[in-house]
Formats: sequence, C-alpha cells, structure tokens
Amino acid sequence: MTPPPLPNTQALQRDAMRERLGLFGLVLPALLLILVTMLLPVGWLFYLSILSDNGAFSLEHYRRMWEQPSYARTFWTTFEVSLLTTGICVLLGYPLAYFLSELPKRAANLCMIAVLLPLWTSLLVRTYAWLVLLQRRGLINGWGMDLGLWDEPLSLVHNLTGTLIGTVHVMLPFLVLPLYAAMRAIDRNLLRAAANLGASPLRSFWLVLFPLAMPGLASGALIVFILCLGFYVTPAVLGGGKVIMVSSRIANDIELFFNWGAASALGVVLLVLTGALILVAMRLPGMGGMLRSQEVSR
Amino acid sequence: MTWLRQAATDTQITHGARLWLYALAIGVLVFLVIPTLLVIPMSFSGAQYLEFPPREWSLRWYRSYFDSTAWMQATATSLKAASLTALVATPLATMAAYGLHASRLRHANLLLMLLLTPMVVPVILIGIGVFYAYVKLKLVNSMLGLVLAHSMLAVPVVMMVVGSALRTFDMDQEKVARSLGASRLRAFWMVTLPQIRFSVVTGAVLAFLTSFDEIIVSLFVSGGDNSTLTRNMFNALRDQVDPTIAAISTLIVGVTSLLLVFTQFVGRAKDH
Repeated sequence: MTPPPLPNTQALQRDAMRERLGLFGLVLPALLLILVTMLLPVGWLFYLSILSDNGAFSLEHYRRMWEQPSYARTFWTTFEVSLLTTGICVLLGYPLAYFLSELPKRAANLCMIAVLLPLWTSLLVRTYAWLVLLQRRGLINGWGMDLGLWDEPLSLVHNLTGTLIGTVHVMLPFLVLPLYAAMRAIDRNLLRAAANLGASPLRSFWLVLFPLAMPGLASGALIVFILCLGFYVTPAVLGGGKVIMVSSRIANDIELFFNWGAASALGVVLLVLTGALILVAMRLPGMGGMLRSQEVSR
Repeated sequence: MTWLRQAATDTQITHGARLWLYALAIGVLVFLVIPTLLVIPMSFSGAQYLEFPPREWSLRWYRSYFDSTAWMQATATSLKAASLTALVATPLATMAAYGLHASRLRHANLLLMLLLTPMVVPVILIGIGVFYAYVKLKLVNSMLGLVLAHSMLAVPVVMMVVGSALRTFDMDQEKVARSLGASRLRAFWMVTLPQIRFSVVTGAVLAFLTSFDEIIVSLFVSGGDNSTLTRNMFNALRDQVDPTIAAISTLIVGVTSLLLVFTQFVGRAKDH
C-alpha cells in the first residue's frame, strides 16, 4: 500500500502550477507581438506563395523560378556577390585578424575600435560614403585623374565593383571578430614548440595555427555568406539597379508589380536557404557573433 | 635596420619577411575607417559637388537640412518612433527574459527560439510580410504600425542583453526577499531590477538605435507624414547624391556615437 500523500502536496503543486503560469504570462506579451507582426505575416506569405493568381492551389510561382532564365540570373548574381564578398573578406580579414592577435592586448583593443566603428555607424551613412568616394565625379576618380593614374573616370559604382566594395566593407567585421577571438585563444607555446622541433615559420603556421583557427574562420565566413544572401540596402544603392540580388527582386516584385505570389515564393526560397545555412552554422563552435550580426544587415 | 632582421614571433620569422602583413593589415584598417570619417569634413563643404579637402567651408548643407520641412518631419518621425520603440520593447523584453529565466519552463528553449526569430529571418521577408499584414489591418503609414514592427525587431536585442545579465544574477536573493514576506513583484522590483538596471538601460538604448537605424521595414510600412529619416535617405540615395545627406550622416554619426559611448560607460559601471 502506498503511503497517503502529505497533506499539503496538492496545495504545493497548485501553487507551483500557478507560479509557472504567472511566469509564462510574463513571456506572453512579447510572444504575442512577435506572433502578430512576424510569424503570422511570414506564414501568410508561405500561403500566398502556393496560390495561383486566381486563388487556387498551384506551384506556378516555384515552377517559374525553374523555367524563367531571369530567375536563374538573379540567383546566380546573389551567389556570385555572396561568394565573392566572402572570399574577399577572408583574403583581407585573415591577415588583419592574425596581425591583431599578435599585438599586445592594449594595442589590439585600440585597433579593434577601427574594426567596430563600421558596425556602430548607420548602414546608410556608410553606403552614402562609398557613393561619394566612388561615383564618376567622386573623390577616387578625382584623385586618380589628378595624379595621372587614369585619364577617363572609371565606373566604380552602380555595378558589381561598387556593390562588392560596399558589401565587403559592411561584412568584414563579422569575419574578423570571430576569427580574432579564435586566434587569441590559441596557446602560442604550440608555435614555439613547432619552431623548436624545426618547423619553418610557414610550416608551423600551416600545421599549427591555421587548423586551430579554423572554427573561427568557418563561422566567420558562414556568417558573412548568410548575411550576404539576404542583403538588400547596399547592393540596391551601390549596384544602381544593375546588380539584382534576391532581396532586390523581392522588393521590385512588390513595389513595381504588386506580385505577392512571386515575391513570397522568392522569400520562402531565401528563408529556406538561410535557415539551412544557420543550422549548419549552429553546429560550428564559436558562434558568439552570430546573433548580433543580423542587426547590421538591416 | 636591425629591426627588420629581428624575429617577430616564436616561429623565428623576421619582421622584414612579413612587412607585407603589416602593410596589408594597416591598409585594411584604413579601408574600414576612412569612408565614414571622410563624410564628416565633406559635410562642411561649400561646393555643390562633394570634394575633399573642401575648398571653402560652410554650413550650407546643415542649413538646407534644418530649413527643409520634409527632412525635419522625417527626423521627428524617426525620433518619435525610436523613443516609443524603446518604451514598448524594453518592458516587454525584460518581462519575457525574466519569465523565461525564472520559470525553467519545459519548453523555455523553444519559446526563446521563437522570440529570437526576428534576428534570423531575412529582413526583406519581414518587411513584405509586415507590409502585407498592415495593408489588411490598415496600419500602413501609421505611427502605431511602425512602432509595433520596430518593437518586434528590438525585442530579441533587448532580451539578449537583459537575459545575459539575469544569467549572472543570483536568483537566491529573490528567494530570500520572498521568504521574508515580499511578493514576487516586490522582490523583483526591489532586489533584482536595481541589480540589472544597467543592462536594462543598455537594452533600451539598443532598442532606440534598432528603430532609428532600421531601413527595410520602414521602407515598406512608413510613408506620407510618417516617413522615417532612413526611408527618405534611402530614396534620396537612389536618385542622386545630395550633399545634404552628408550633413545628416554627420549628425547621425555624432548622435549614435554619443549613445554608444553612453552604453559603454554604463556597461563599465557593471551590474551587481
């Protein structure tokens, strides 16, 4: 025979239940806000993406993505810009992170301000700055021609070049920050040991430092790539309508053509791609910068 | 130059052999900083076309900004939306962060992920989604709609800041207060909140900046009398390069730096 329950067990359970409900009540307003202004609208877009123009179920918006070459071009541009940006960020950011990781803490923190400054500056301000520097009558063309480096103004903006300069500038901190953190954490005695055992500088970098910093590099590069896929503002302004990425195309579908179905279908594809990459990214160690990063891509 | 032949690291590579590294790293640092810094002197130029260094100094672009009703109205809208966003998002996010932290709900992680989704969904998708919903709800171009959308974007930001403060806070202190007869609310108000207040303030500032800097959602759901500063700037940038934007940019850089220095300062003061 089981012993009879203690007299106040039930009351305690009821209290605990009430408390849990109360605490859940605290979460409710924020949850409701996000549900109403984001989850439901985005869910509704999913629904719109599988409706044809006369309101019947159809996959025509998705089929069109396969069939129309203009969509293939949009996706290709998006991947091209994202891959090139990620590649250039790695080429520029890796040496910088390495350089910073070897400086004394104090000097490195000072240099860090330069890395963080772009993150702190409004995206539009930075985009505007590049427009001023790169345009036909801009500073770089002015200086270049004054110095006699080139005779005709170069077209540096409203094309792929301008887009890449702008996106690299925005994305670079997201690569440098995790990479720098990973490199700082490496025990430099390992390099000393490698040298002691006769490794050349290049060899000890390649066999010791590079593999140990790999998680930082991988997560940084992945963050940059993910953010690029959905990037809108900088490519829209510096690309000048000639570099149409998925985000720009979605905006155009809505603003110019009021084609909700097509825009939604594109949005769903973008979301699925992003989501899949984020799932990959979450499996990597050192994802500290991941969440802060979205803020800036706005 | 003996320095060039000295070993730079334990791998015995010399400084001379990695001059390229130093040059590249400094070049990249300059690349990161220069564009923003150039805008500041150029905003004081007197010429129609932006030049550096400006041949004559003047405040004409600041005058053209302050004299323009359109820019002034947009600035007022942005400031109002940002303040209201901070007022809405900070309490909601603090409550949610506290609720999740204190409750140890079985599905707390799932709830947290739901609450953080605005950070991972591509903003363009949020933008058109909110636009679609607001067309149905007749909230397009309204201050209420703008503030709600911006608060949704700011809630995860504030939650991260407050949540991390709560994680380092010893909740047993609240238990002590409650065992001495304080209600849960009173215990939170008198014991917990004073100790996490710096994080809450930081969160509020970040919520303000999230709204003030926000471009894409504003592009879709703000307009008319309630057009935000970022929306007007974005549209101006797509058309032509108006030097007035240099003046506005300089002001924005000034204000955001002040606010961020303020949060750093508050952060130094540290909770607990």
